[in-house]
Amino acid sequence: MNKPVLQSPSPASSSASPAGAAPKSAAGLFAAYDTPDFFCELMNRTDALPPSLQTVRDRLAEFDLAELRHRTNTAEAQLYRLGITFTVYSDREAIDRILPFDMIPRVLTAAEWDHIDHGVQQRVRALNLFLRDIYHERHVLRDGIIPAGLVLNNPNYCEAMVGVPVPGDVYVHINGTDLIRDRSGRFMVLEDNARTPSGVSYVIENRHMTLRLMPDLASGMPLRSVEEYGLRLHQTLCEVAPEGVSDPQVVLFSPGIYNSAYFEHVFLAREMGVPLVEGRDLIVENHRVYMRTVAGLRPVHSIYRRLNDEYLDPLAFNPDSMLGVPGLVEAYRRGNVTLANALGTGVADDKAVYAYMPRLIRYYLGEDPILDSVQTNICAEEEGLAYTLANMDKLVIKPVGESGGYGLLIGSQATQTELDEFRAKLLEDPSNYISQPVIDLSVSPTLCPSGVEARHVDLRPFALTGHNTWVLPGGLSRVALRKGSLVVNSSQGGGSKDTWVMAR
Amino acid sequence: MTQTGTRFPAMLANLNMLLSRYGESMMWLARYMERIENLARLLEVTEAFVRNPDGSPGWDSILQINSDEERYAAIYPFPATEENILAFYITESANPTSIRAMAHMVRENARSARPLISTEMWMQLNVFTRSMMELSTPDIRRNGLSGLCNRLKQDCQTHFGVTEGTLYRDQAWLFYLLGKYLERSDQITRLIDIRYHTLLPGGETSGSQMDITQWGSVLRSAAAYHAFRRLQPVTTTPANVVGFLLKNEGFPRSLMLNLRQVDNTLNALSTHYNLRHQCSPLQERIINLRATLEDQTAEDIISRGLHEYMTYIQDQLAALQADVSITFWPAAPLMSREETFIPQ
Repeated sequence: MNKPVLQSPSPASSSASPAGAAPKSAAGLFAAYDTPDFFCELMNRTDALPPSLQTVRDRLAEFDLAELRHRTNTAEAQLYRLGITFTVYSDREAIDRILPFDMIPRVLTAAEWDHIDHGVQQRVRALNLFLRDIYHERHVLRDGIIPAGLVLNNPNYCEAMVGVPVPGDVYVHINGTDLIRDRSGRFMVLEDNARTPSGVSYVIENRHMTLRLMPDLASGMPLRSVEEYGLRLHQTLCEVAPEGVSDPQVVLFSPGIYNSAYFEHVFLAREMGVPLVEGRDLIVENHRVYMRTVAGLRPVHSIYRRLNDEYLDPLAFNPDSMLGVPGLVEAYRRGNVTLANALGTGVADDKAVYAYMPRLIRYYLGEDPILDSVQTNICAEEEGLAYTLANMDKLVIKPVGESGGYGLLIGSQATQTELDEFRAKLLEDPSNYISQPVIDLSVSPTLCPSGVEARHVDLRPFALTGHNTWVLPGGLSRVALRKGSLVVNSSQGGGSKDTWVMAR
Repeated sequence: MTQTGTRFPAMLANLNMLLSRYGESMMWLARYMERIENLARLLEVTEAFVRNPDGSPGWDSILQINSDEERYAAIYPFPATEENILAFYITESANPTSIRAMAHMVRENARSARPLISTEMWMQLNVFTRSMMELSTPDIRRNGLSGLCNRLKQDCQTHFGVTEGTLYRDQAWLFYLLGKYLERSDQITRLIDIRYHTLLPGGETSGSQMDITQWGSVLRSAAAYHAFRRLQPVTTTPANVVGFLLKNEGFPRSLMLNLRQVDNTLNALSTHYNLRHQCSPLQERIINLRATLEDQTAEDIISRGLHEYMTYIQDQLAALQADVSITFWPAAPLMSREETFIPQ
């Protein structure tokens, strides 16, 4: 147990002692670091600190706070110059913001990663089997594993997909699994993102930033590389192209330059070496998709789309969508083009369906889930609603259809008025909500205005599925920069960290 | 930076055709950057030497040169004051020909083409356009105009340098060049037109000392003064200056050189990317335009009406731009798949 001792700051050089010397007190950067009761990703673990983490910690301890601040400012200035920004639109103008970047990496040991890797792969397998099943035979509904109404009446259930075969039976080609760790350090799945998960560009850009600005911290560390994501993504999209296409044209379909994630779309298109297209660049003729080039129309075979289902095709869904391509869905249904992810995957990452994931994994794979889930009460069910109402002050209550941390209630942090108001909303439409116990998210040392302090983090690994599933070693570590906050979303004041996976 | 003899890597043209939208963005990115640089030159030369009969700077003429009188009148009262003209051309968002509005257009086009342009190009444009869009009136107080113009020129030239050094040579590069050379062709005619709009103080005539000083300033504003001197060490005559700016084969902003570059660029698109069918009507237009320039001496042009010829060139270049748009990024694709798709 390496609980840091509170002491006055000492010069960075004073902690420089030969490796293997007498146990060090956590001095320097961590002089004032305290992690009450939470699992710390870097320090107070239950067992002895793994050697790789010990090295990172020792190196970090020798950093000077002012130096770290200086490098942080440099990093943020670089991000701004590079335009690694998301755009926030106010009434009058567009403001470019950077996702705050914390220079202190979040480190995962080889064993921890192995566990996550297997767990995510298992989960993605189950998600794809589940989606295949509910759009075809529906065994899972007949066998009573999950209530039929929850699936078939789900707003994200896509009628247009019923009976439509997809290449390789892959629905979720790109998946982001949000993981958290409880007090004991146990990884748990918080939610699946099986529609258009974002954030992977930060995983790679954060690594570049670390290598540029923290070479003294990273040098000689056995870090797993994150460089091959773009190539793997391209490979995946080629693997799931319509049958018989030998040299598929892949494109990335973006809502365009005004989308807040446009930077990521550009990043991925560039990493894959494929065109970034908007709706106006595509056209459907005879149920085949073409892009408009200076030489005329050219066929398109695989589309990595970063638009939600409802905007893809004004003929099939929202007729007001100016972003979509008329006829795209019919071309897709006929198998002339592949969409990644498939249509209608939103039913699988629904917060209510989430509650059934452990059962779905056992049902489809005959295996126990490798990654735990958070105990979930479904307010659509009488029992779940009663329990939720009785324990509002202890639970996190979430609307099932929202993402980005919007519209949720953290009971323990709410005032009586907020609780009362939320109770009214809950009773009005119980089936729109689920509740979960508050998980004490793990923390990671983070540079804050008053020094290095503990802040809560989560982890979103990204999995690609073509012929096989591959998980990018690492993932997006999001950090809640406000003290005590459990909400890590970028829209709610979150930042990010580089995530190091140790090769050994 | 000529295309002749350049090797183009993407010979498998059919496998890797440029999106129409990218072509359009690259072309306009270059045009707007050139236009910003030239506006800076125009503002500088107007402040320095274009004079009303009473000796005050002749700010009106810049409106005429850019054909902006109507747009200006919609926002500001006449007679034009220096303060209003500078606001109109630098910070006025409602004027599409202001630095701020053009910086915004550069930014939109750069963002649109960002998948193609180099990271270094993007970084420079990102910082440049953001700072231009944030320019405020105190930044452009009269005393600072020359400083601002110098900074604009330098930032634009940095952009052209970074682009030359880092942009991959494929179709996107060629559309970028097409925009750049077309804009330069247009801008040199506008710079020459300054002379037409300059009212000589009473009694001064063409060829007078004042006239020669003014032509010298036009040369300087086009960064042409010393090159011109090397060719014409003794005599600065209007015909010599006009001949140099229009017909010189070595001066990078001359009309002749830029029309030749437009032709070369179309030729590269045509031969290296199998776009003969699309390029040949465009090239024909350029050949005709070059012929009007080659067939006349500077004296001919002046005696037949310099301003009229400049207007003719501007109209022809606008028609060429319209043809390029219709050919490479039609509003609705006119060519059906059967006609254009070449089976591989």
